[in-house]
Amino acid sequence: MIKAEMAGTVWKVLVKEGDTVEEGQEVMILESMKMEIPVEAEEAGVVKRVVVNEGDFIDVDADLVEIE
Amino acid sequence: MMEKSYREYKEEIAAGGAPKYHEKNAAQGKLFVRDRLKRLFDDDVFVEDGAFANIMAGDLPADGVVTGIGKINGRTVCVMANDSTIKAGSWGKRTVEKIIRIQETAEKLEVPMLYLVDSAGARITDQIEMFPGRRGAGRIFYNQVKLSGRIPQICLLFGPSAAGGAYIPAFCDIVVMVQGNASMYLGSPRMAEKVIGEKVDLETMGGAKMHCSVSGCGDVLAKTEEEAIDYARRYLTYFPQNFRTKPDVAESKLPQSFDDTLEDIIPKNQNAAFNMYHLIDRVIDEGSFCEIKKLFAKELITGLARIDGQPVGILANQPKSKGGVLFHDSADKAAKFINLCDAFHIPLIFLSDVPGFMIGTQVEKLGIIRHGAKMIFAMSEATVPKLSVIVRKAYGAGLYAMAGPAFEPDACIALTTAQIAVMGPEAAINAVYANKIEAMPEDERADFIAQKTAEYKEEIDVYRLASELVIDDVIEPNELRQSLVQRLAAYKTKNVSFTERKHGVNPV
Repeated sequence: MIKAEMAGTVWKVLVKEGDTVEEGQEVMILESMKMEIPVEAEEAGVVKRVVVNEGDFIDVDADLVEIE
Repeated sequence: MMEKSYREYKEEIAAGGAPKYHEKNAAQGKLFVRDRLKRLFDDDVFVEDGAFANIMAGDLPADGVVTGIGKINGRTVCVMANDSTIKAGSWGKRTVEKIIRIQETAEKLEVPMLYLVDSAGARITDQIEMFPGRRGAGRIFYNQVKLSGRIPQICLLFGPSAAGGAYIPAFCDIVVMVQGNASMYLGSPRMAEKVIGEKVDLETMGGAKMHCSVSGCGDVLAKTEEEAIDYARRYLTYFPQNFRTKPDVAESKLPQSFDDTLEDIIPKNQNAAFNMYHLIDRVIDEGSFCEIKKLFAKELITGLARIDGQPVGILANQPKSKGGVLFHDSADKAAKFINLCDAFHIPLIFLSDVPGFMIGTQVEKLGIIRHGAKMIFAMSEATVPKLSVIVRKAYGAGLYAMAGPAFEPDACIALTTAQIAVMGPEAAINAVYANKIEAMPEDERADFIAQKTAEYKEEIDVYRLASELVIDDVIEPNELRQSLVQRLAAYKTKNVSFTERKHGVNPV
């Protein structure tokens, strides 16, 4: 499970269920402190579930994307 | 009882503990303590004291610790190294006395002190002799504190560092931990279950990866013991022998060559992510980056490097991680790194691309203000050459923490891509005109915001700040390396003391 490193808002979701992702690939961009915060996959795999929607407020450690 | 010969005693000492413990260590990828020292020192040059400690006990050769003086890169260092084949490297009376004595030797010789730790902790059966007294284990930590900043102190953690023993790494300048084997904890998982009812494994509670990425008690995560030892040898090349001298200047090397220049890679949009490592690689001598706390608080990069052969300490915001925003952990990381460099005459270079300190309930509860104060305190007190480079944004207290103009950097230089302000344009327009925008018909809002944003950007224009002498120079990104080379050469003779007093009241 990829978790949020800091509090912010989901700006762009870049993957959908079933997508194959590489290690280090950007899966989402958060917006926080007026900055674009890329969220990367820690390891390669397939997107099982996207937990959040664009525009959602998320707190630190919130679940974002499940990769398996 | 048959008396043993000199040769037999010597063989016992060289062999360490029973074969089964050697086998157990080997299975875990652990080297025998004497093999660790062979790899650490140049050409196996090593003068050992106290090798005969506790030899009469029969099963405790050297009392489980090797202490002595050797050479690393041609320079003298003092070392203590636990032998985990002997009662799991635990400490008895003579173990402690030997460690204290080698620390005292390092103090007298004014040479670096290395702690190669792999120990289960105190031998509880020997506690009266080794725990509470004047020359009990407490003295090891007292000595470490006294030596801090006088000589480099390095900890290589190969195994456990338990209970009181866990403070050896805590007082060192740097802690290298071997993944899978090294651990630090005050109470073992077994004790945690008995005393507080927590069920947890050692790796989760106090393993190397946890300490290097979450707690910050570890600085460098090594895959193998060899890698940890090689790191220590390399790390020492950036340092002088003691605080009285300056670090050696190595042969100058050009930065690694790339197809794209700094001009090409720095995004024009202040809010876009950007990988600061790419900037560092284009500025420092090729292959000279020796990073500290790479896995901890990644939003701030700290590391030793060379520019034109001169050792420097680099602190750089990393916009790619958490937007480069400063957090409680990154402020702590910075404070320790600044103290380390300042203690040993290593010039500091601050590369700013920072939206400010993090805000919100979570970080306020964590005390971000007092943690931020630590960073600003250490940075203010640093008297080594101090260069503030504004790469892109430097907003709010972020400008202050990154050695902004008020904090007596030797120079504050801005790249043409820089932007210095209390806050970014979007946040500022919102802060000043929120009510006005709210009251406005919706179709007029966009034009109003665009106009005010343009005015704001003009107000914080980098040439305007240079014209007002807020910053000392504006340079093109591709000129950065050359500018740093020239300035580091120019500030070489800087010799100031911060102020007169016993000591400050450091925020913690």
